[in-house]
Amino acid sequence: MERWSPRRGKDSLARVCTILGYVLFVFAILLVDCRPAAAIPAFARKYGMPCSACHLAWPMLSPFGQQFKDNGYQMGNERDAPIFQQAAYWPVTFRITPYWHRESTDKAQVDGPNGPGSAEAQSTVHGFDWSGLDFHVAGTLANNYSFYILPSSDNTGAFHFESVWARLDNLFGSSWVNVKLGKFELDNLLSEKRILTLSANGGFYQNYHFQPLVAPGVTESLYTFGIGDNQVGVEWMGHSKNDRTRVSASLLSSTDGQPGLPTSSSYDGFFAASQAFEWGSFGLQRVGAFAYLGQASTYFAQNLTTTTPVGTDLNGVPVNSTTTAGLPGTGTGLQSFRRYGLVGQFYIKKFDITPMYFHGSDSAFLGTNTASNTPLPAGGRSPSWNGALFESHYTLSPQLIFINRYELIRMSQQAFSTNPGNLGNIDSLVFGVRYYPFINARAGFAYHAEYAIVRQRGASPVTATDLTNSSLLFGFDFDF
Amino acid sequence: MRNINISKICLSLAAALLLVGIASAQDSHIKEPNVTGHADAGKPLYYRYCWGCHGARGDGNGENAPYVTPTPRNFVQATFKCRSTPTGTLPQDQDLYNTLVRGFNFTNMPSWAALTAQNRADLVAFIKTFSPRWKTEKPGDPIPIPAEPKLTIESMKHGGELFQKLECWKCHGQEGRGDGPSASTLTDSNDQPIRPFNFTTSNRSKCGRTNQDLYRIFMTGVDGTPMPSFADVVKPEDAWDLVHYLRTLQYNSPSPELALWMSTKEGHDIVEAKKVYNTNTGSGINP
Repeated sequence: MERWSPRRGKDSLARVCTILGYVLFVFAILLVDCRPAAAIPAFARKYGMPCSACHLAWPMLSPFGQQFKDNGYQMGNERDAPIFQQAAYWPVTFRITPYWHRESTDKAQVDGPNGPGSAEAQSTVHGFDWSGLDFHVAGTLANNYSFYILPSSDNTGAFHFESVWARLDNLFGSSWVNVKLGKFELDNLLSEKRILTLSANGGFYQNYHFQPLVAPGVTESLYTFGIGDNQVGVEWMGHSKNDRTRVSASLLSSTDGQPGLPTSSSYDGFFAASQAFEWGSFGLQRVGAFAYLGQASTYFAQNLTTTTPVGTDLNGVPVNSTTTAGLPGTGTGLQSFRRYGLVGQFYIKKFDITPMYFHGSDSAFLGTNTASNTPLPAGGRSPSWNGALFESHYTLSPQLIFINRYELIRMSQQAFSTNPGNLGNIDSLVFGVRYYPFINARAGFAYHAEYAIVRQRGASPVTATDLTNSSLLFGFDFDF
Repeated sequence: MRNINISKICLSLAAALLLVGIASAQDSHIKEPNVTGHADAGKPLYYRYCWGCHGARGDGNGENAPYVTPTPRNFVQATFKCRSTPTGTLPQDQDLYNTLVRGFNFTNMPSWAALTAQNRADLVAFIKTFSPRWKTEKPGDPIPIPAEPKLTIESMKHGGELFQKLECWKCHGQEGRGDGPSASTLTDSNDQPIRPFNFTTSNRSKCGRTNQDLYRIFMTGVDGTPMPSFADVVKPEDAWDLVHYLRTLQYNSPSPELALWMSTKEGHDIVEAKKVYNTNTGSGINP
């Protein structure tokens, strides 16, 4: 191992300064390029409004954009129906992000003296890459009939439907009666689909997807759920005319948004409400609460056996491979899980902060990976945890936004009393900046820079010690 | 030495007063709700929300303007459609504020109710900086709106007679569909074709949906359009009769006037003859 010396320290410092200088120089050039920033430019094209009207910084909504969305993608000035558009108007937007990124983990599972995967080592990869492609198709079919279809691919081009819904807006002439059917984003005040950060470790909310560790190095396997995932069901949503008061309730299939009822035929419920108020010259402030009451199957009532010919033996007798899997839709032994939260959005001029408190719990069967028709393992119990999030932005102008987020998750009860008290705890920190070189009513482009670091206690794959992952990303985020 | 100090103080006071004067010219004073807007706070809001249509210089030539019909308002001219003040005068700050709350029906101008009251007041203050008229002229005094008289059949019938006598039908058409013989010839102050209001489509006009709003439009006119002010030729009670009659033309929008009108055989037959069934086009506007 090389030893540190003052001389080497000075050289390193000089190198860091030089790199920092280049980075600052590049950003200075970007900032000088100030031509007089959209998420669904198809809406901007329809209404002839700049993206900055609906987005504080796209894709994050402004209060005006939220009202537009809640009103069924309608401005409410009797010009919303497609009949008023040019016949050639096609409500489609695509979005993709080419980028350079660096992903690092301090404890990747590698081969060791005791065999494959028996050791841990630092791993860092970096290079040029690109995101998946989103095709947003959204708008109105007629006055008070809105829709949204989002075929979305991973970066190999394999598509799935991220959103598919139609909504009856302002039923009975009331903004309090809107009914949506299909696959949609839950009415989260803090929208993960409109997150401003993109990296592997920063591009989602830890609190929205957290599931506790069963034991050191063992994850929950009976169900997958994320409150940030789009879900399938029906939603009633109501809001006051000026959108200050918002309430919604959803009945959802317990599938975490997967098609074809892969697990059970059961249902979940999601409820959300928020109230905004004006605070002098500071702007609009909003506080809200949400609750997700879910259930997941722990075993299948019926299993599907599949026999596949794989060849013949030495005597020429056919040999078959037999696999058994749960018959989709017959999942049973339902056990509950709960997610609750309080959230606020506070604006102080150009600075805004979103604090969120989160509480989650799983049944003891889900928390210990145990089918409910079998006894709980000794010491098994219901895991529960608390989380918090603080996301702040400084919007210097509609063209430039600085992003910071800190999340923490703390277990309040482990699935097994023998687990360390802090097993699975998470701390996550994200910094980012987005610069939109132009703002118009046709397309959107953002220079994106981001750094994210996440530490989880006891989650390393072999030694069950703390695991730290980080991402660095620079990219061009654009849509048209 | 003492004289110099007094001179300095006087100069400073004069400068301060001048600054206060300029500052107040760049303020807006909204009575409902009680809020004062500031142009410097309105500027970033304008360049976030408004400039795409109204232009960076407020001249209505934003980059989206060629695709917007009717064309966006030119704030430099300071000619505003919806006012509480007599024709030709500047509007009250409250008028501009109300426009931001309401939006303009049948145009690309949406309601900005989602913004805060302070935001809207700040925007009004900034919009006023585009035209020199706000520095040289005062807003007009709001026209008085007398209490609405009791609704009667006679009132509506008299309103119908006025509709003929004042030749409203020439532009708005006999059935109020905006298809009168002069309709196709009308242009606004920018020489752009403009269509008279079609009363049958909605009970929500550009300048509001209440009876008071209709009365006000009639008396103030809609500046920048061919719709004149009738304040000098029509008595207030006659104007109310006309308002009551106009409501009967809005046969797709329930109102006390329409209900009373349809309670008579004559009114019922007229309205039923106009109605067309099973033709919902999804536009939100009934034929």
